[in-house]
Amino acid sequence: MSWIDVGHIDDIPLRGARTVKTRGGCVALFRTGEAEVFATSGTCPHKGGPLAEGIVHGRKVTCPLHNWVFSLETGEAQGADEGRIATYPVRIEDGRLMLDTARLVRSAA
Amino acid sequence: MKNLVVIGAGMATGRMLEHLLEADAGAYSITLFNAEPRGNYNRIMLSPVLSGEKSYEEIVTHDAAWYAAAGVTCRFGERVLSVDRDRKVVVGEQGEVPYDVLVLGTGSDPFIIPLPGHDLPGVVAYRDLDDTNAMIDACQPGNRAVIIGGGLLGLEAAAGLRLRGMGVTVLHIAGHLMERQLDENAGYLLQKDLEKRGIDVICGANTEAIEGEGRIERVRLKDGTVIDADIVVMAAGIRPSAKLAKDSGIDVGRAITVDAQMRTSDPSVFAVGECVEFDGQLFGLVAPLYDQAKVLAATLLGQEAAFVPKELSTKLKVTGCDLFSAGDFAEGEGREDIVFRDPGRGVYKRLVLEEGRLIGAVMYGDTADSGWFFGLIKDGTDVDEMRDTLIFGPAFQGGATADPLSAVAALPPEAEICGCNGVCKGQIVQAIEAGATDLGTVRATTKASASCGTCTGLVEQVLSVALGDGFSLPTAQPICGCTDLTHEDVRRLIKTKELKSQPAVWQELGWTTPNGCHVCRPAVNFYLLADWPLDYTDDPQSRFVNERNHANIQKDGTYSVMPRMWGGMTDAKELRAIADAADRYGAAVKVTGGQRIDLLGVKKEDLPLIWADLNAAGMVSGHAYTKGLRTVKTCVGSDWCRFGTQDSTGLGIKLEKRLWGSWTPHKVKLGVSGCPRNCAEATCKDVGIVCVDSGYQIGVGGAAGMDVKEVERLVDVRTEEEAIDWTVAFVQLYRENARYLDRPYKWLAKVGLDWVKETISDPAERQALVARFDISQSVYQTDPWAERATPEAARSFLPIADLTLEAAE
Ligand code: SRM
Ligand SMILES: Cc1cc2nc3c(=O)[nH]c(=O)nc-3n(C[C@H](O)[C@H](O)[C@H](O)COP(=O)(O)OP(=O)(O)OC[C@H]3O[C@@H](n4cnc5c(N)ncnc54)[C@H](O)[C@@H]3O)c2cc1C
Ligand code: SF4
Ligand code: FES
Repeated sequence: MSWIDVGHIDDIPLRGARTVKTRGGCVALFRTGEAEVFATSGTCPHKGGPLAEGIVHGRKVTCPLHNWVFSLETGEAQGADEGRIATYPVRIEDGRLMLDTARLVRSAA
Repeated sequence: MKNLVVIGAGMATGRMLEHLLEADAGAYSITLFNAEPRGNYNRIMLSPVLSGEKSYEEIVTHDAAWYAAAGVTCRFGERVLSVDRDRKVVVGEQGEVPYDVLVLGTGSDPFIIPLPGHDLPGVVAYRDLDDTNAMIDACQPGNRAVIIGGGLLGLEAAAGLRLRGMGVTVLHIAGHLMERQLDENAGYLLQKDLEKRGIDVICGANTEAIEGEGRIERVRLKDGTVIDADIVVMAAGIRPSAKLAKDSGIDVGRAITVDAQMRTSDPSVFAVGECVEFDGQLFGLVAPLYDQAKVLAATLLGQEAAFVPKELSTKLKVTGCDLFSAGDFAEGEGREDIVFRDPGRGVYKRLVLEEGRLIGAVMYGDTADSGWFFGLIKDGTDVDEMRDTLIFGPAFQGGATADPLSAVAALPPEAEICGCNGVCKGQIVQAIEAGATDLGTVRATTKASASCGTCTGLVEQVLSVALGDGFSLPTAQPICGCTDLTHEDVRRLIKTKELKSQPAVWQELGWTTPNGCHVCRPAVNFYLLADWPLDYTDDPQSRFVNERNHANIQKDGTYSVMPRMWGGMTDAKELRAIADAADRYGAAVKVTGGQRIDLLGVKKEDLPLIWADLNAAGMVSGHAYTKGLRTVKTCVGSDWCRFGTQDSTGLGIKLEKRLWGSWTPHKVKLGVSGCPRNCAEATCKDVGIVCVDSGYQIGVGGAAGMDVKEVERLVDVRTEEEAIDWTVAFVQLYRENARYLDRPYKWLAKVGLDWVKETISDPAERQALVARFDISQSVYQTDPWAERATPEAARSFLPIADLTLEAAE
């Protein structure tokens, strides 16, 4: 485990998202509630759409390019579409967002 | 006998002493310090004292007689200054006391935000009896209080002061009240209840300063708002009071760190209450403190005991505001929500499930079952079996389901259903009672839905509510899976019920999801901003990426940038700036079908930079990405053309300057041609004007995309002013009535050109439409590029963090 501080929760608008650049590609951080943040792969498995630009609703995001909907909890595509995005653990400590870089590198490799 | 010294006569140590003395009254000789000049009272009951529902005497838990009988030496009104652990003595203001065992129960200090003016007389915290009395003293007729902080304490203070007749404003920095205990839907209902009692609530409030000559007179917010105040209550949170421990060398993290026996890093010193940190956790409610007190009493008597934190629940002690929250809503995977809303009764319930167990609950308006749900959370009961009916509570007998018609059933008789003809629900119900059983009869007798027809769905629902099984609803297409209502129903209800926020829509119209989906959110966002431009704030998170980033996203994730070129006119300076920008940001350049120039392939992080460059050359966003005004195509007109009858270019530019920036149900494109040869292709635009010798022919509802359609004539007018008025009025009527994503031609097919003509022909109505459009433009006609080209705003276009270097280590 090596947790790294990537920013403050208020840097992400409520029901919005921001990205984190990593060597393994782009990770998206979604803020679904006042104190709820999920991290997933930032790239849509359909045609590479930037998921952090999607509309966030409940604990889901809709890809901006062709409206595939993904669960931020399981990473699974919803409904008839088939696909999965990687999900990563996030910790919130005093409003700071912590990502486990060891996990990111491993799963991205 | 060993000496036990206790610092702080608060709720935690009070409970600890009760347990200790009950178990073994002779174990210790006890000295009790308290900085407050009194013994233990029930601090959580200060709110009823503030509101006048209780007196101080009623909330005292331990009086002088109790301490005397227990043989406790009381040193009240005496603050402990330090602890000398080498000599094992406590140093109080009046002298030293030796100890064998020491207990720290110093509680918390209120957090005073260090705003300019925070030390002026008239600023109080809300922690003890003296604070409470200071507030009560300020309660003179006509006086005003400002409460900073919309959490539990702040709201109890607000309600108490309001009951004593003060004018009260609550300033809260987060987007909704009690954001740590409630989700925004429950927060919305709470705010509504407080406002009903006459308490003003401002969320998202950034306080800048407290001002006054010699004592406070007013509070100023960052946005310039000024609120008069005779008293300011700071209820912005608490900080564990751990300084005494820290200064004497005891381990302190965010508070005094203790083990499960409440022992600090010094084996003869213990701590209990809000001043402790256990396992990384802090405590701010009495339930866990009582558990700690029990454990500590046992430990002091040499018995085995260990403190285990439990789930907590919150209630607000404001009579009539029924809310409950418990468990966990944040973080974690595999969770599922169950939402129930009863708009008629103002009830909202949300359960959070994980792996077949209930882990969190929020309820507002009906908390009768909260104890049962809290039990399920604490016990970790498997609720899979009851999943479908869980939300109806323990008394569920089977069969009860949420009524999709309840939003309409809940409308009062005076609620307007048909806006065109001013027909209220009561009149429709009367017509039904007089024998009407179908839409046609209601229409004939009341005229409801007889004009533009957008309220048809609502009239049918009133029929259905009134007639029950005697009327079967035609199946209308709901907006999406989050609601049973159609776009038209929602638009109408937003107006009738004066719903001015998204949580208001979700709650009052019974949405079945916590906050909608990608289909309904953009629509609801548009309806709210179109109907309440001054009250509602546009929500970028409810917009499609293009409208949020103010550029068109492309297949590879880059963006296109298209500045406005008013009426298709440009000049050398603009073209040079466009050429420079293309070079600098590596953009491809294309002349569009809309008489302007597109810069394609710009990276997201470069957007604020390219916008700043284009702004510097005097250009603004062309909104090529919005459901809003796009282009106004013009031809060269009477300025150059030998056939031109009027200044078509000039009129096009005037229209574009008047209409740009406005949001519409779908995109709106205009064309103005100088003569019937129609080189600007005006006759296939949403609004197309063809100039003729005698004036201007205004056509509406053209299309040349997925459908191709010629415009229909709205009106012929003589002057340019009239042409502009009619166009603006038409666009506003479309904004107020069309469903989201209907281009004007589709909307016209539903409401009929006749109704539109009739409405706009009435000069008073036309002027009213124009005036409402201008009000909206006073908010929305701003260049979104300029707003985001500042360094601060530009940062949100960058990744929040770049780990490409760190991860290499
Ligand atoms: C750039 C442009 C094509 C060009 O190179 O000329 C264009 C490009 C797009 N059009 Fe268009 N339209 C462009 C003129 C038109 C025209 C012609 C016109 O305006 O005179 C039409 C037909 C007239 C009309 O609007 O009906 C047109 C009818 C559409 C439609 C069909 C609309 C309909 O109601 O039928 C769409 C789809 C939509 O809006 O849902 C569309 C959607 C799009 C989108 C935004 C597709 C998308 O959602 O990503 C394209 C963005 C491409 C990009 O990567 O930037 N575009 N599009 C033109 C920009 C004009 C401008 O200066 O703003
Ligand atoms: C208005 C109000 C309403 C509340 N409502 C609720 C509620 O509804 N439900 C709920 O669970 N909780 C509620 N709380 C919170 C609850 O009151 C606290 O959690 C609880 O009082 C904390 O107990 P404590 O013993 O740790 O500290 P306290 O009760 O604050 O006692 C600490 C005592 O130590 C004294 N002290 C501090 N430093 C020194 C020193 N150096 N020398 C001598 N004495 C010192 C202080 O003067 C104070 O009397 C409310 C609090 C307030 C203020
Ligand atoms: S016609 Fe319009 S939407 Fe279709 S490919 Fe061309 S630009 Fe894109
Ligand atoms: S790229 Fe995400 S849905 Fe197509």
